[in-house]
Amino acid sequence: MFENIDLTKLIFGRLTWDAIPIHEPILVGTFAVVALGGLMLVGAVTRYGLWGYLWREWFTTVDHKRIGIMYMILGVVMLLRGFADAIMMRIQQAMAFNGSEGYLNAHHYDQIFTAHGVIMIFFVAMPLVTGLMNYIVPLQIGARDVSFPFLNNFSFWMTTGGAVLLMMSLFLGEFARTGWLAYPPLSGAEHSPGVGVDYYIWSLQVAGVGTTLSGINLICTIVKMRAPGMTMMKMPVFVWTSLCTNVLIVATFPVLTATLVLLSLDRYVGTNFFTSDLGGNPMMYVNLIWIWGHPEVYILILPVFGIFSEIAATFSGKRLFGYTSMVYATVVITILSYLVWLHHFFTMGSGASVNSFFGITTMIISIPTGAKVFNWLFTMYRGRIRFELPMMWTVAFMLTFVIGGMTGVLLAVPPADFVLHNSLFLVAHFHNVIIGGVVYGLFAGMIYWFPKAFGFRLDPFWGKVSFWGWVLGFYFAFMPLYVLGLMGVTRRLRVFDDPSLQIWFLIAGFGAFLILVGIVAFLIQIVVSIARREQLRDTTGDPWNGRTLEWATSSPPPDYNFAFTPVVHDNDAWWDMKRRGYRRPLEGFKPIHMPSNTGTGVILAGLSVVLSFGLIWYMWWLAALSFVAIIGVAIAHTFNYDHGFYIAENEVVGTETERTKLLAASGVNA
Amino acid sequence: MTTLARDANTGDEAPVFYVKDEHAHPEGSSTMLGFWIYLMSDCLIFAVLFAIYGVLGGSYAAGPAPKDLFDLGLVAVNTAMLLLSSLTFGFAMLEMMKSNVRGTLFWLVVTAVFGLAFLGIELYEFAHLIHIGATPQRSAFLSAFFTLVGTHGLHVTFGIVWLATLWVQMRRHGLIEANRRRLMCLSMFWHFLDVIWIGVFTFVYLMGVLR
Repeated sequence: MFENIDLTKLIFGRLTWDAIPIHEPILVGTFAVVALGGLMLVGAVTRYGLWGYLWREWFTTVDHKRIGIMYMILGVVMLLRGFADAIMMRIQQAMAFNGSEGYLNAHHYDQIFTAHGVIMIFFVAMPLVTGLMNYIVPLQIGARDVSFPFLNNFSFWMTTGGAVLLMMSLFLGEFARTGWLAYPPLSGAEHSPGVGVDYYIWSLQVAGVGTTLSGINLICTIVKMRAPGMTMMKMPVFVWTSLCTNVLIVATFPVLTATLVLLSLDRYVGTNFFTSDLGGNPMMYVNLIWIWGHPEVYILILPVFGIFSEIAATFSGKRLFGYTSMVYATVVITILSYLVWLHHFFTMGSGASVNSFFGITTMIISIPTGAKVFNWLFTMYRGRIRFELPMMWTVAFMLTFVIGGMTGVLLAVPPADFVLHNSLFLVAHFHNVIIGGVVYGLFAGMIYWFPKAFGFRLDPFWGKVSFWGWVLGFYFAFMPLYVLGLMGVTRRLRVFDDPSLQIWFLIAGFGAFLILVGIVAFLIQIVVSIARREQLRDTTGDPWNGRTLEWATSSPPPDYNFAFTPVVHDNDAWWDMKRRGYRRPLEGFKPIHMPSNTGTGVILAGLSVVLSFGLIWYMWWLAALSFVAIIGVAIAHTFNYDHGFYIAENEVVGTETERTKLLAASGVNA
Repeated sequence: MTTLARDANTGDEAPVFYVKDEHAHPEGSSTMLGFWIYLMSDCLIFAVLFAIYGVLGGSYAAGPAPKDLFDLGLVAVNTAMLLLSSLTFGFAMLEMMKSNVRGTLFWLVVTAVFGLAFLGIELYEFAHLIHIGATPQRSAFLSAFFTLVGTHGLHVTFGIVWLATLWVQMRRHGLIEANRRRLMCLSMFWHFLDVIWIGVFTFVYLMGVLR
């Protein structure tokens, strides 16, 4: 009977030598560069004996600050990949006129636009947003860590695991060619039989576990761990927007998980949820994925609204205008974001009443959002505005985002949407709000809080180069797409017939080049800042004359964040403390209880990647083995009851005395 | 009790800015809330599966319908197993309140037995359906049925694995604070699955046979 079994197939599933794309010169070149870079990195880490340090201090850490920084690094690295995809698309579309096929074949091009969307949303915007929330929220509420420190580490590694799977698809097999939401029946087994959609599914599932758990973690942290005196209406706005975002995460990511499970069942088991025959209904998938997908864009934008609120108040030297209305606007947006999903497919044909309902709810969202814009403007009004980099990003955001918001309201009108649906106008709109909103906000936040995390500011000159590259680049890259969309050009096209369109694509390509300048300048900014760190050093812990609690501690904060838990009396707690003569305590320190590091998160996430790999390539033995291993490791972890240790009193005293000296040297009182 | 520090230099009305003498947040103080939120997120997964069943539950694709397939007698026995397991878990919790380790362990074993009986009957039902050709691949209705009921069954399986783990841990460490907390979570999980099953029983089986 054994001659019937193909041993190679049993071991390697559908993985063959053909899976390695040696016939694609672009991919071979990329692989060479990535491999070389990777080898150099590994070599350097080995050469300087840093593996032990990295493992002990970073990979296994449960400190929310270090996990936050690791999220940021993941986001920035993936930004490079996502942008590489973007500029390749722009070059292809600028070239493919007058009979030219461009330089990308259809198979490759379709993977690129899918990967670009998936990476930018899941592995750039999400890690950057989660990273900032992780770093800042506990500090702003005066806590020592999040509610579940181990879970935090595990969440980070699951997100990274998803990114690893996605990157793997570049050099082993292929990625989905379906667009970033993988609509069936195109993404079903019949029309996408390869591994591409499976890579898509499992990379999102693995990352999704991390996101959901980190959402639960941050909700508990905000609800349970606030410093005494900080009532809900005394929380900084960034904490409020983070709370709403995490509520949305918990309320929507399970929907994504379930939807992708159903798609996997269709692909692996042959069920008929989203097939075109035997009773399946592909539109059900579209509904479900957007019930997750629409709140997802608010998951990204809400924390960023919080960042802008903090920055507008700090750099105007004024209390935030309309704090209460800001909070209510955030909550209203949170609720409404769940009631608008159908505007993504007005053309499905639900009829006039359904379309009107969703059109109206969509338009209503612009009211609380508009209230926010006015609040920021009134915060600036008659303030002593300092045009530091974070404030520049904030102003650019207000101008750009309002344009994107208005085209959004335009698209919310169902008859207009029937014309503009699936066009480049739509592409321009959502890049307008995601770049002009989320990306600008993330840069503003990174520059604003960088000195808190690393103890020195970022170099302003290169920051300005980066700022202008991004802002001008955005307008050059996406305003032409509005024009093209109005002329009826649909999205995701690879070649064009009408030569009169080419000029617009050339302008858009130039814009993408300016954005490249912005990204490179940002990287240079970091390198230059590290080199000039002594001149840019922040010894006060409060480089911007801040208002919220994260500026009350040193830069970077000690492991325990606050030697004594602060007591809050006012919205702007730190501003209030400074104004009313707070004196930093110099004695009476106590040992501080902290959670212990653990490697379980890395191991579980690693095993999840192996499990997914087995499932993608049909290596059933590998999948079964790693599944059993995951259960085993998880159970073994629960047998460890020891979760903490104490930082000794003399260690706290040492750290705090060091800070006292620094503060005295920089001439700050107490 | 927490005492608040008062700055000596600025007199009585000066505000208190930090907690001078605090006890660390007790470990696990957020666990119950966190687990609740997790359960609600899990509930959403079931909500999606129920919605799918609601939309596709009538798409028989010229195949068998609920009336042809469901044996309400069997399902009633099955439901009784799960409800009894919830009851016995309640007894286990009462023993835990009395700090009676042996009693708690005993009722957990009974709970697990009922849980296994539930799973056994469910697997028998599935095997029977597949045997007569009513497979998950046959129609959208059957895809939705197997996925909804199967997901619930997977949760029960996971609950039993968890229960066994906790059983060993309680044998080893007794009813220490951490174990009590874990037992509380498992109890919520178990009752949650019961509530979901009530939904499945009503929505899928009873209404299915009526349809």
